[in-house]
Amino acid sequence: MTELDSFRLEARDWLEANCPEAMRHPYRSEADPCWGGRNCKFQSEDQRLWLQRMSQKGWTVPTWPTEFGGGGLNREQNKILKDELARIHARPPLESFGISMLGPALLKFGSEELKKQHLPAIARGEIRWAQGYSEPNAGSDLASLQARADDHGDHFILNGSKVWTSYGDLGDWMFCLVRTNFDASKHQGISFVLFDMATPGVSTRPIKLISGKSPFTETIFKDVRVEKNQVIGEVNQGWTVAKYLLTHEREMIAGSGLLRAGTIPVSKTAIHTLGTENGILHNTMLRGDIAQFEMDIRCLELTIERARDEVKAGVSLGAASSMFKYYGTELNKRRNELLMAIGGSESLVWEGKDSHDGQLPKSWLRSKGNSIEGGTSEIQLNIVAKHILGLPG
Amino acid sequence: MALVLNEEQVMLRDAARNFLQERAPVSHLREIRDSGNLKGFSSEIWTEMADMGWTAILVPEKHGGLEYGYSGLGIVLEECGRTLTPSPLLSTALTAVSALTLTGSPEQCATILPDVVSGELLLALACDESAQHQPERVATEAEVLEHSFVLSGRKTAVVDGHVANTYIVSAWTGNGISLFLVPADAKGVRVERYPVLDISVAAHVTFDQVELAADSLLGKLHGGQVILDQVLDAARIGAAAEMLGIAQEVFARTLEYLKERKQFGVPIGSFQSLQHRAAKLHGEIEMCKSLVLKALQTLDDKPGGDAEISSLTKAKLGVTAHHAATEAIQMHGGIGMTDEFEIGFFLKRCQILETLYGDHHFHLDRFAKIRGY
Repeated sequence: MTELDSFRLEARDWLEANCPEAMRHPYRSEADPCWGGRNCKFQSEDQRLWLQRMSQKGWTVPTWPTEFGGGGLNREQNKILKDELARIHARPPLESFGISMLGPALLKFGSEELKKQHLPAIARGEIRWAQGYSEPNAGSDLASLQARADDHGDHFILNGSKVWTSYGDLGDWMFCLVRTNFDASKHQGISFVLFDMATPGVSTRPIKLISGKSPFTETIFKDVRVEKNQVIGEVNQGWTVAKYLLTHEREMIAGSGLLRAGTIPVSKTAIHTLGTENGILHNTMLRGDIAQFEMDIRCLELTIERARDEVKAGVSLGAASSMFKYYGTELNKRRNELLMAIGGSESLVWEGKDSHDGQLPKSWLRSKGNSIEGGTSEIQLNIVAKHILGLPG
Repeated sequence: MALVLNEEQVMLRDAARNFLQERAPVSHLREIRDSGNLKGFSSEIWTEMADMGWTAILVPEKHGGLEYGYSGLGIVLEECGRTLTPSPLLSTALTAVSALTLTGSPEQCATILPDVVSGELLLALACDESAQHQPERVATEAEVLEHSFVLSGRKTAVVDGHVANTYIVSAWTGNGISLFLVPADAKGVRVERYPVLDISVAAHVTFDQVELAADSLLGKLHGGQVILDQVLDAARIGAAAEMLGIAQEVFARTLEYLKERKQFGVPIGSFQSLQHRAAKLHGEIEMCKSLVLKALQTLDDKPGGDAEISSLTKAKLGVTAHHAATEAIQMHGGIGMTDEFEIGFFLKRCQILETLYGDHHFHLDRFAKIRGY
């Protein structure tokens, strides 16, 4: 037996023994994911146990170094762990922007001190992080951001506002892009700072979306004190960190909801809802669209797999994350459109138990934002054109 | 298996690329077309391909082959797509060899495969009978006699049917479909050669009361349908590999043109409408690379392959290569429409491969059926 084989057996046994039965189903509603944080209210004892056991094992962040609360797994082991988690349909113990976005940036650019301060708390789900990137006048043109941090010796004083902060009202700490030099060119005067959202002067306002929900806030800063030791990388060099983090954000968005293990295939829903005759779906035009969609999903899965294998073989992913973000989000929109078509008039029901309070139409409306957040589809295509294809201008 | 080429495969790719770019670039196809060569390919190049071992890639070692697998042959076909080099590689070295290795008797393999390796023997799969690909609908019949068969029927769109020494023919045998090895010089075989677009050649082949010996049966009597599907799936992936080469080459040429060609005082590649189309095409081609690699590996891992990945690959490559070639013409503008320019050759080859063994509509339908809807 190879080392990897025995790792697989070990992982399987451990998960068998430690993953509570109730955690072995895909999410059923938006309330199911566990986001941790200071004010975390666990939905169930099983949810609390699952997070506790996984974080003690280091498996909320399997590939991070053990000294920072990780599992210290290599890529092969991590792939095996993922397989084994998928095998029992285990849901993630923790959803976290600390894990998917800030962590990788901290590991690459953070000082030892900052890593020690923040990474273990992220791994344990103790601190919930919010992202301070977009501003009312800095959307696709992110680097034109204007939130200002003025130098006050050992600290900065921050003024301005951010917009589209995911769950900003629930965040404990924020990683934030601020302008620390107004004389330099727009990419050169940005710093990447961290601060506690309980600091006086930080406030949030919910933004109501077309889905009727408010998963985002506007976040306002009025004379907020930010310690200088909470800068990742050099002062005024934050754009490099910001861009690196964006590649991770794109990957996260590309895969979310779409390729996650346990997602019910669209065709299965269609067969169940519409029925078949001689093995052929009743609505033949829709059948073609579904087949085309499922083909495209498989293409993306295989290409993500190939990209991972290439990274393993030493080829850098780089701008390719833009491509995955573009495809992942466009496909998720198509998936939602197909589910709406399959549901027919029932997919329009907004309230009531049968529709789970309009879960389908609300997801459908929410999915329209996928190709806007984290850089619009058009921005991703610009990046591919310029940085992969080398087109001018 | 990791979805990357290993070192050996990279070497094979580079060797194939060097040979094809040097000896048989697109201008070679033009020469063949304009010289009135009735075969549609160069015997000299074919012999050189055989000398390099390309005809032997799929053949088991005991029959003089290299046993290097579909992944290896796919790499070579992809390079052939880049240069549009015409040859019987797909029909003989991939499709026919697949049929023999999947279901041929030891005697049939021992007789045929060494001659395939040497490049002397050409085979052609004759399974289509109508303009639309419907391999399960076979009107050709073989009467089963005590020690022989009598074959009658007409096949169309037989790739390399005009030069093949032996046909692999599907025929109804009363209780299912069976496959037969039919010598081209048997009495009652009539071959009508026809040009395919203006860059390739195929044939209609008629079998009129052709008497076949007992050992002409390839595989089990009445058991040909499953094998035919598997052979076709291999052929489809081979065609897809070639289309992958075409897509990459036309896209590379287009990209270069976008950077060079100036209008309104700037390179046309600086226009966002063209940039976004190019970026999307790049993404589609990346998807295609993953598919072809996976499909070839699946053929190597699992004898007979996997119908789902085969249909997916053939459908996706058909659409994408075609899209790449049409976008190439559009972005090149007027010059892309001229015969003097090479881009048009790619669209023609692409259309042939897309039509062959089922177009993307056929495979979209088949994919859905395989998935149970």
